Amino acid sequence: MTIKLGVPSKGRLMEKTFDWFGARGVSLSRSGSDREYAGAVEGVEGVELVLLSAGEIPRELSAGRIHLGVTGTDLIREKLGQWEQQVEELALLGFGQADLIIAVPNCWVDVDTLDDLDAAASAFRAKHGFRLRIATKYHRLVREFLRDNGVADYQLVDSQGATEGTVKNLTAEAVADITSTGETLRANHLKLLADGMALASQATLFRARKAPMTAQDRLALKALVTKLGIAA
Amino acid sequence: MPHKAEIRARASQLRAAFETAGAHPVETSVLLPAEVLLDLYGEDIRARAYVTSDSLRGEQMLRPDFTVPVVQMHMDHGAEPARYTYSGEVFRRQEDDSDRANEYTQVGYEVFDRENPAAADAEVFALFQKTLTPLNLRAATGDIGVLKAAVLGLETTDARKRALLRHIWRPRRFRALMDRFSGVTPVPPSRAALLAQDTPMAHEFPVIGMRTTEEISARIDALKDDAAAAPLAEGQVALIDALLGVREAMPFALEHLRDIAVDMPAITEAVFRLKDRMDALAALGVDVEALDFEANYGRTQMEYYDGFVFGFYAADRPDLPPVATGGRYDALTRVLGQGRSIPAVGGVIRPGLMLEVEGAL
Repeated sequence: MTIKLGVPSKGRLMEKTFDWFGARGVSLSRSGSDREYAGAVEGVEGVELVLLSAGEIPRELSAGRIHLGVTGTDLIREKLGQWEQQVEELALLGFGQADLIIAVPNCWVDVDTLDDLDAAASAFRAKHGFRLRIATKYHRLVREFLRDNGVADYQLVDSQGATEGTVKNLTAEAVADITSTGETLRANHLKLLADGMALASQATLFRARKAPMTAQDRLALKALVTKLGIAA
Repeated sequence: MPHKAEIRARASQLRAAFETAGAHPVETSVLLPAEVLLDLYGEDIRARAYVTSDSLRGEQMLRPDFTVPVVQMHMDHGAEPARYTYSGEVFRRQEDDSDRANEYTQVGYEVFDRENPAAADAEVFALFQKTLTPLNLRAATGDIGVLKAAVLGLETTDARKRALLRHIWRPRRFRALMDRFSGVTPVPPSRAALLAQDTPMAHEFPVIGMRTTEEISARIDALKDDAAAAPLAEGQVALIDALLGVREAMPFALEHLRDIAVDMPAITEAVFRLKDRMDALAALGVDVEALDFEANYGRTQMEYYDGFVFGFYAADRPDLPPVATGGRYDALTRVLGQGRSIPAVGGVIRPGLMLEVEGAL
């Protein structure tokens, strides 16, 4: 048996994860060609690298098929019910910052807070005969956030990409999406609500609570976290 | 966990008892069009109900309760007055508590009757209490109608009353609005800045989306009106607080509410209705002296109830949800009846929980 470490399989998230581990004396690398999703781990014994789509890492952690995984807090909270009971946050990695925010058109000069959004939604529904539409792919997080803040008379419409364009295309009145800099929002004539941040997310190393481990695995995990300089 | 066969047997007994009480047995579909439920409950229903779909009928929901299909059936072709009973499984998503069942049996009893609402309320409650007597449960009752009347009676603008009424079932939001209207919470800086502008609609932003300039302009006017309105007086807030704090045996609660009605005459009618209901309950043999009334009851769980509400709880099993719940839902029949409405009251019992409380399983 080995400790399986799930890491995003491509892009900046993978590179930054490799850098983070590398800076702590654990070298991660992709083996073979760029297209092969296999990897190597050096600097610590009994750890295997598994390259996965970042979006699948929560599910694999939950099922216990990997012991450790690097993914965004946003994906863990969106995809896992009672997430604290399924995974443990071992370390915030300090990159991959992304905020889940609620945004509305700049031209809505009367709307700056969730309280305004709720009032606008009420009037919108009365006038148009349907609930104000918010485009997002983070249904659970957005719904919980809006419920906790008492926003009513809205509906979520699914948008798996180009979410900021939905308002101009008249398929939604507002959006809830991940943003790191706000560029895309500005380019699409949208603004953040002052109190509209549903979640501040960043790349995080998680441990699966339910993954089976042998005594040897436990030692390997302990050695790894000691080397990484984190408490577990 | 209770065995399905035993639950089904108990459900049959309950339904038979409700038939004996005069109810007509009905069946409903398990798959319901999602649109109706979404329109009624809003996005929150997605967190509570399982959604599925096909490419022909679109989104369907696994029945989260019987009330909506039974009301629809009655509004479509029911004779009046009517009493219905049903039993079957309902399905609830449970994403925050894995110990709660996501599939369980409900047996219901619903009364659609225009004649005497107090008597109908009492009929349902007394029937449930009699049915559940061997379990020795604690009953809780409330009345959303009293709070609604109080909000309508506040000395403030209609817009503020509408905003409060809209959030009666969201106690935190309701409180935040009370604080805003009474001036306890300061006006957010962005709103103050907006209101200070002479021509807030003069801006360079491109106009995008379906919400029109007229709608935005209308909201600004509404905000101006609100800013010009006097804050809700301290005494008014205190009356609402006093009302929400009423929690005692029904006859004392009634006295307490009568005292409040002296300063808030708007609730007088609602308090008379409570008195009528108490008399009707007593006439059916319910010991009203020992029956709890909480003015705040039913505000978080049962959003379509708008009058009498009740629940039966196992006092020594705080881990369990209520064994039975019910209430009056006149407004729901108005929404689903497309212009028509009928006073309606009813409730459901969970036979699985009955068996669990009895320790039979």
